[in-house]
Amino acid sequence: MTGPHPAFHPHLVARRVAASRFVLFGTMAVLVLGFFRTQILGHSKYELQSETNRLRPIPVLAPRGLIVDRQGKILAENVPGYTVSLLPGDETSMRASLERLAPFVKLDTAGIDAVLARYRRAPYLPALVLPDASFDLVSQLEERRLIIPGLVIQPEPKRYYPDSSVIAHLIGDIGEVTEAERTQRRFAGLRLGALVGKDGLEREYDDSLRGSDGLRFVEVSALGHVVRDAGAAPTLAPVPGAMIHTTIDLDLQRYIARNFPEGHRGAVIALDPNTGAILALYSAPGFDPNAFVGGIDPDTWRRLNDNEAHPLFDRAIQARYPPGSTWKLAVAAMALKRGLVTLDTRMPIPCRGGLQYGDRYFRCWSPQGHGDLTLSEAIAQSCDVYFYQLGLKLGLSSLLEDADALGFRTSTGVDLPGEIRSDFPSGPEYYDRIYGARHWTAAVTLNLAIGQGENAQTLLNMVRFYQMLASDGRERPPYVVHPPAQSDVMLGLTESQLEGLREAMVSVVRRGTARGAAGRYAVTIAGKTGTAQNPHGPPHGWFIGFAPAEKPTIVVGAIVEFAREGPYVAPLVARVIARYLGVDTTAEPEFTLPTDTAPRPMQLLPGIEHPDTMLKVPDTTTQPPDTTHAPAP
Amino acid sequence: MRPPLRELDKPLVAVVVVLSTYGLATLYSAGQTDVTTFATTIWHKQVIWLVLGLGTLLAASGLSPRLLEWATPYFYGVVLVLLVMTLLGGKSPTGAPVGRSWLGIGGVRFGQPAEPAKLACIMMLGRWLATRREPPATLRELVRPTVIAFVPAVLIVLQPDLGSSLVFVAILFSMLFWAGTKPTLLLLLASPVIGLVLAVSTVVWGAWILLLLGLVLWWRPYVWEGLAVMLANAASGALALPFWKHLAPYQQSRLLTFLNPEEDPRATGWHVIQSKVAIGSGGLLGKGFTLGTQKRLAFLPAQHTDFIFSVVGEELGFVGVCIALALFAALVAILLRIARRASDPYSSLCVFGCGAMLFTHIAENIGMTVNLVPITGIPLPFFSYGGSFLLLCAASVGISLRVAWESRLSGYIEL
Repeated sequence: MTGPHPAFHPHLVARRVAASRFVLFGTMAVLVLGFFRTQILGHSKYELQSETNRLRPIPVLAPRGLIVDRQGKILAENVPGYTVSLLPGDETSMRASLERLAPFVKLDTAGIDAVLARYRRAPYLPALVLPDASFDLVSQLEERRLIIPGLVIQPEPKRYYPDSSVIAHLIGDIGEVTEAERTQRRFAGLRLGALVGKDGLEREYDDSLRGSDGLRFVEVSALGHVVRDAGAAPTLAPVPGAMIHTTIDLDLQRYIARNFPEGHRGAVIALDPNTGAILALYSAPGFDPNAFVGGIDPDTWRRLNDNEAHPLFDRAIQARYPPGSTWKLAVAAMALKRGLVTLDTRMPIPCRGGLQYGDRYFRCWSPQGHGDLTLSEAIAQSCDVYFYQLGLKLGLSSLLEDADALGFRTSTGVDLPGEIRSDFPSGPEYYDRIYGARHWTAAVTLNLAIGQGENAQTLLNMVRFYQMLASDGRERPPYVVHPPAQSDVMLGLTESQLEGLREAMVSVVRRGTARGAAGRYAVTIAGKTGTAQNPHGPPHGWFIGFAPAEKPTIVVGAIVEFAREGPYVAPLVARVIARYLGVDTTAEPEFTLPTDTAPRPMQLLPGIEHPDTMLKVPDTTTQPPDTTHAPAP
Repeated sequence: MRPPLRELDKPLVAVVVVLSTYGLATLYSAGQTDVTTFATTIWHKQVIWLVLGLGTLLAASGLSPRLLEWATPYFYGVVLVLLVMTLLGGKSPTGAPVGRSWLGIGGVRFGQPAEPAKLACIMMLGRWLATRREPPATLRELVRPTVIAFVPAVLIVLQPDLGSSLVFVAILFSMLFWAGTKPTLLLLLASPVIGLVLAVSTVVWGAWILLLLGLVLWWRPYVWEGLAVMLANAASGALALPFWKHLAPYQQSRLLTFLNPEEDPRATGWHVIQSKVAIGSGGLLGKGFTLGTQKRLAFLPAQHTDFIFSVVGEELGFVGVCIALALFAALVAILLRIARRASDPYSSLCVFGCGAMLFTHIAENIGMTVNLVPITGIPLPFFSYGGSFLLLCAASVGISLRVAWESRLSGYIEL
């Protein structure tokens, strides 16, 4: 080394080289000594551990966090249970053990292979044989412990949902983490066989509920028997999951489940209009989430999936329905906000049972007609002819723009998994794309104005809209556990306009299409009926209402599929509201059919089948095929 | 001009070829488990990486140190950008603790920028130290190199990858040492970190502060320097607890496990215990190539990456371990020789930095398999599976070969 750098004078460098060599060879010597200690001095000890006595880790399941309602009543808890598993060993001895176990735990050959497959995926963990053993079985097995090497019987907390199907869709279920899930970040680091939430709140808040599993070590002999339990290394205590407080009112939820018309499909949502807190969310038919705990048996699974009522499907957030006349409030709100009408405005053409537009005649649901109506009266009577004209006055592009701004093209963002988006055309280009430019007319506006056409909303999204009507006009996004960030979606109506709309909705219940539904309750209920045309059978019935009308504290929305025969929708909602407000419900209302049966949809464009692209539902096996098709245009 | 193959430093080439072969064979064996896993065929991929590594090595040996010195700031800048991009949108390899150490663009994993960052840090420090006529003599002069090393290190800590960032600390200190910085100054620079570690016990920490105060009075640095050192130590002592709480649980458990593996606070001791059982049961001669029982039963954790040396210990025994250690020692010793003979300070510093980096990896990775150091999960050169790190090692060797060739050309004479 030559050069100008004085720090690199050869003598100085030689000293540093000596120091570096000292560090290098010193470290290597320490490593050699470390290995000498382990491999030569400790050889016999470690060889024994490796050959005869092996430490086996056994995961200790952490109890999942409780889920409770707003009063602290239990929605999901843990009860004691037992699991039977087999320590890993070589495959022949495991098979022998399984064959000895078979008569007690009812394992067939396929079952034995399934256990062995489980073992092959995680060869260092005990292979689960039976996730949920009864106490009797456990005592039988304990007696035969000696002839079944590697048998591990563990007390483990077992998930239990006391209210079963009443809260099924809300709470979801749990199951073993899948291979695909383990590659996701939120489940990274979980062992095979760990239990995670699969749906509902169990999935949404899995991170908090799960806790972290503990571990204990057992030492096994050469024959595979557990020789020392937890003595070899101390147990790592499991960390229980955190408790989740929901906004649900369990009493109300139970009441809804009890009163929902037997044998019908549909959903009911109740929420607090001033906070967005969901008080109840019910979908019918339900299922028993307890059946999923510890692995659902294939027969039950097939029954649930093949059932044509699709009980696993959450109709409150996973089904889109044409909103029918419940939509008319949205059109009214848009027109009021734009200052095109007041609540007393009359339309140029009075209702004579229909409206001629272009070369087509659009019917009103009432063939004899409603005559000349103000906006309030049109809402009360749900007059189609009035709203056809209001839609034309508003214009297609304003209608599409405002619907977008009011959130009719999105999901509500509720803290439940699997919520689908509501569908509404994004703009006139939508029609250009579907029908081709200039191949459609403004007549589509008429259908859109009365909640038909290319419009499919989830129940939750419609209830969210009525929440705005029932409060000061600002959106409070619905939630079950954590209130979301403030939303800037609002109706943009004045207080007097909002009051006018609420009065019109009170008339719906007093004199209009839902008259009699709540006639005898000592509370003023406001609401709107709706009927969704359904090409597969009788139409679906809607009712969304809130009360007390002067200062609402609850919004309840319900949809009942194929409800034409049953006069339940409005009375059901009224009863739920009355129950929540503590009003005497023994005075049963007289049954009234929601009578604003919509007209058969107009064939606007002969020869063009309805484009399914927009209203298509996601492909899942639990999809009911008949709920989301809109009527043909 | 590229050095002709026959003029390359033969001992270095020989050691690298033998180490790569040994490593590939071990990786093959690590995949031979009773249960087929993705690790079974991982050595196929490693062969491809080795070929790419050979290309990298030859390319690096073709670059003159002058060109490298000129390109250093750009390289360093690019690497910092990559590290930031990784933090913003990195991917974690599946199954590992949550972390963002992979650079992904459009969902494709491109590699771990932490690896080239080590080389960039070495080159940047080399450039800064080489352009000065005097070695740094005051703490104030150490600020620049410390910043050079700590910027990438902090970005990597945020990933979070504590182990890799510690390599940067080792690089910083070794290169300052090689540039002639006084050991006392290095000790003062290191003192806050030492204080941080000693803060686990108030008594020990108090003794350390007193000792440090004595040293400061004895060495008599500038007054403000002495003050800065004492303040930094007081601060690190006060920060120790919040810092500990800030560590990810798996990082805490690794440190705790090191202090007492039998206590096993978070079951991380499982890794160390299994590794020790595998290595210990190997004995003097081992259980035979591919025949390790602990490995076959998949008792060994991460046996193709972090704990690959446990496979050597179990299957080839103490003898195999000593051979591997001798090869690693030879590798570092050869790099030290090249650094000594280098014809200019920049080349010398770069080669020494590469040697120190490899040495840190070797000592840490092998040490943790027998619980001599805490588990940090940094790879073993030429053994662990992984592309980015293998390419880094190849580039380091390529640069060293070039430097060796240049000093040979300039007619090095040992004094």
